[in-house]
Amino acid sequence: MTTEITTDVVVIGAGPCGLFAAFELGLLDIKCHFIDILDRPGGQCAELYPEKPIYDIPGFPVVTGQQLTDNLMAQIAPFAPEFHFNRMVNSIDKQDDGSFRLATDADEIFHTKVVVIAAGGGSFQPKRPPVDGIEEFENKSVFYSVRKMDDFRGQDVVIVGGGDSALDWTLNLQPIVRSLTLVHRRAVFKAAPASVNKMQELVGEGKINFLTGQIAKLDGENGQINHVHLTTDAGDLSVPATRLLPFFGLTMKLGPVADWGLELNDNTIVVDTEKFETSVPGIFAIGDINSYPGKLKLILSGFHEAALMAQAAKAIVSPGERVVFQYTTSSTKLQKKLGVA
Amino acid sequence: MIIHVTDQAGESHELEGLDGWRVMEVIRDWGLNIKAECGGALSCATCHVYVDKDWLDVVGAPSDEEEDMLDSVGDVRANSRLSCQILMSDALDGLKLTLAPSAAKD
Repeated sequence: MTTEITTDVVVIGAGPCGLFAAFELGLLDIKCHFIDILDRPGGQCAELYPEKPIYDIPGFPVVTGQQLTDNLMAQIAPFAPEFHFNRMVNSIDKQDDGSFRLATDADEIFHTKVVVIAAGGGSFQPKRPPVDGIEEFENKSVFYSVRKMDDFRGQDVVIVGGGDSALDWTLNLQPIVRSLTLVHRRAVFKAAPASVNKMQELVGEGKINFLTGQIAKLDGENGQINHVHLTTDAGDLSVPATRLLPFFGLTMKLGPVADWGLELNDNTIVVDTEKFETSVPGIFAIGDINSYPGKLKLILSGFHEAALMAQAAKAIVSPGERVVFQYTTSSTKLQKKLGVA
Repeated sequence: MIIHVTDQAGESHELEGLDGWRVMEVIRDWGLNIKAECGGALSCATCHVYVDKDWLDVVGAPSDEEEDMLDSVGDVRANSRLSCQILMSDALDGLKLTLAPSAAKD
């Protein structure tokens, strides 16, 4: 069933710049909803480098991606933004009254006055192995995640990768498949040692095969693979297979953003530097996803963009209302909103 | 100092690099087809290159952490490196390398 949500602002992307936008909007009494393809806030900070130190956030000589995310979440908590994770915005349509209708791939419709795109490098999508023609098999016999285990029951499965996803699914699927071959480019695994040990036991018992190598080619027809060709140290091999699960992690793709009718420049959204508004009034873009003369892809630049965007968004959400510029250090009104006065 | 980079289309480019720059930064700065999405944090593998065999000894082998990241691409060869982990220096003047398919932007 379709869920319908009406709000003032939808922020697409819950990375650091999007999160800070909730703060700036919140000070102006604007409530927002977040939509993010990941399963948690933080964007690149959480997905790519949670443990890596960042040295150029003002006021923090050093902070990790995860700490920054946690701090931002604490900072915006008074404004209680709502988060919708694990989904992607498929379409944005401007309505006759100037508002927007957003549809997600989780069967939701958002009605909103303002859209803020804070999508960084786009949406995180599974990395596709560099194999010619793999697209025609995708979602038919090549999958990048296991949605229904039953799709793999009684199948000849090839799993590629050496991380936790590859090892976990090797262990979970082994009891129900007809055959299972794990392929990794080397005999060293990043996955949890306990999983690696269990996998090696299964190999020892002859219940699964393990091969060191990489996928070179896929054979099959009408979307159904029948053989996976591998390049290995011992030469080329062909493994009969009806299902392939490559687990190479995630990469950022611009995705549906390209179809929203916004002026783009080299996979980024063109904005002005007064409001950070796109070529479509009412749709703003902040952070790494936007471009303008002199743009620097820095988190701190995204914070600045969020503050200016919020002022412009306010004029759309509450037309005619006079906004008095205030500081959190001195304004009791703002402090009340933050729950500290 | 100069590096010679062959792109995914087979075209070769002579790029000027500065001492201390990451090779990834040189390639990105010259606008070649390199995604380099994590910006040099050794958190992705989208600056993957193949080092010319004559230069392998000079460039050296990847670290364990770099090897772990290389697990996330499907076109690794014996001469694979992540170009964000190679720093320009006089010793690398003339370096030859090729951009891997997995380094390409979408």
